[in-house]
Amino acid sequence: MNPQLTRRRFIKGVIFSGAAASTGAGVYLAANAQPGSGGAERLITLNINGRNRPVDVMPSETLAYTLRYKLDLTGTKIGCNRGECGACSVLINGVPNYSCSVLTHNVKGKAVTSIEGIKGSDGSLHPIQAAFVTENAPQCGFCTPGQVISAVALLNNNPRPTKAEAARAMSGNLCRCGAYEHYINGVLRASGQIA
Amino acid sequence: MPSHDVMPNMELFQPTQVEDALSLADRFAERGWLVGGGQDTYGWLKDRTKTTEALIDLSAISSLRGIKETEDGLEIGALTTLSEIGGDLKIQRSYSLLSKAAEVVASPQIRNIGTIGGNISQDVRCWYYRRGLSCYRAGGNLCYADTPEGMNREHALFETSRCVAASASDTAPALVALNATMVIKSTQGERMLSAEDYFVGPSIDIQNTTALRPGEVLTAVRLPTDWANASFYYEKVSDRNVWDFSLVNVAAAFKLDNEIIQDSRIVCGAVQCTPRRIVNVENAIRGQVKSQKTADLVSDSATAGAKALAHNGFKVPLMRNLVKRAIAA
Repeated sequence: MNPQLTRRRFIKGVIFSGAAASTGAGVYLAANAQPGSGGAERLITLNINGRNRPVDVMPSETLAYTLRYKLDLTGTKIGCNRGECGACSVLINGVPNYSCSVLTHNVKGKAVTSIEGIKGSDGSLHPIQAAFVTENAPQCGFCTPGQVISAVALLNNNPRPTKAEAARAMSGNLCRCGAYEHYINGVLRASGQIA
Repeated sequence: MPSHDVMPNMELFQPTQVEDALSLADRFAERGWLVGGGQDTYGWLKDRTKTTEALIDLSAISSLRGIKETEDGLEIGALTTLSEIGGDLKIQRSYSLLSKAAEVVASPQIRNIGTIGGNISQDVRCWYYRRGLSCYRAGGNLCYADTPEGMNREHALFETSRCVAASASDTAPALVALNATMVIKSTQGERMLSAEDYFVGPSIDIQNTTALRPGEVLTAVRLPTDWANASFYYEKVSDRNVWDFSLVNVAAAFKLDNEIIQDSRIVCGAVQCTPRRIVNVENAIRGQVKSQKTADLVSDSATAGAKALAHNGFKVPLMRNLVKRAIAA
C-alpha cells in the first residue's frame, strides 16, 4: 500500500474537498441571488461595540455566527444554538437577546454590545465582571459572557435589584456548573448590596 | 439528530411597509415564510425540517408594533414583543390576564424578541413532527406520538384527530378568555376573526394551527372592552419555570357582582391543539358565589371527555386543579 496515501489521509482529503466544494457552491448561489429582487443587500455596516463594522452577511446568517466567524469577536459563545442556554447573549439597543436566534440583517441600524464591549475603555473590568470574579461565579466559564450581558442589562435598568429580581433577570442563562447562587451574589455585590 | 450552525441559504426580504409585506406574501404564498421574532422559525430552518425559498421578515414594519387605545378597547400590533406587552401599563391596568401570560413565556431574552403574533401562531411542539418524521401533520399517514411506544407526556387530552399534538402558546388562552379579535390582512383586503375561530384543530386543518392562509398576515390583536377589568386568574405549570412550554395552563376571566359570578370565560392551554374553553364549567358557575365551595363542586366536570394517552394522564388532575384554583382564587 502506498504509504503516502493512508486510509485516514484519503478520507481527510475527501472531507476537505467536499467541504470546499459545498462552501464554494453556497457563496456562488448567494452571489447570484437575483440582484434587484428587493431582497436584503449582503454588504452592510453594523454598529458593534460602538464601532461601525462593514461586513458581508448572508441572508440566513445569525448574529452569533457573524460576530464569531466574520468579526472575530469570539467572546460570544454558541452553546445550544437554539435560544435554550443563553451563552450567546448580547445587548441589542441595550436589551439582552440570544444572538444565535437573531438574524444579523435584523440588527442593521441598531447598537450591538457583545462581551468585548462591556469592559471599560482603559481595559478595566466592568463592576459586574469584577464582582463575578470575587464571587467565583465562573466555574468552567462558558456561560459567563452571557451571564455578564444579562447582569449588565439588569443593572442598567435597575441599579439595586432584589435577589428575586436578579434571579428573574438572569433566568434566561443556563449554567451547567450550577453556579447560579454565585452569579446572583455577584449581581448583588456589583449593586453594592454585598460588601 | 444533526444540528447545523447555519441556516440554508434563502432570500430575505425586509419590508418596512405593510403593503410591501402583503404583496410579498401574495407573491410567494406557500413558497415564502413570514417571520416576526423568529424564535419558532429558526429551529425549523436550522434542522432542515422545513425550508423556504424566501423569508419575509416583518420586524422592520413599525406600524405593526405598539399598543394603542381605540374606541373599543386596545389594539396590539402583531409585532409587539412579549416584553413590551408584559410591561405595558394600559394592558396591566385593564387586561392583566394578558400581562401575566406574556410574562411567563419562555425566557427573558426570548420575550425580548418574541412577538404576540408569533406566540399565538407558532407551530405545535410534538417532537416527532419537529424531527421531520412523515406524520399526519407533515402530510404523512401515521402518528408517531400515539403509539404503544410513543412518548406523549406533553400531548393533548381533547379533540385529537389523527394528530395528538397540543397547543404550545401561553398567551393564546388569555386572548380567548378576553374574547380578542384577530385582524388579518392580505392583498385582497382585511378580515376579522375571533380568537376562538383563529385557532384550528386537526379535525379542521391538520397541517396548520391557525386560520391564516398563504398570503395573509396577522397584523393586530384587538382586545374589546367587554372583558376589561374583569377578575382574572392565570397560571402556567411547566417542568421548569423558564423556557419550558406549558404542561397545562389556565386563563380565566370572571364578571362579578358581590362575589356572585355573572359571567365567566375559562380557557385551558396545552390540553388540545387549540385553547380549550371549559364551557360546561362556565355555565355551571353562573349565578354562584366565586368560592372554594363552588370550585369543588364543578371542577370534576372541567375534564369531562378527556382521553389520556399512555403518558399524559397526569394532565387530567392537573387541569382539574388549575380550573379549581381559578374559581377559588
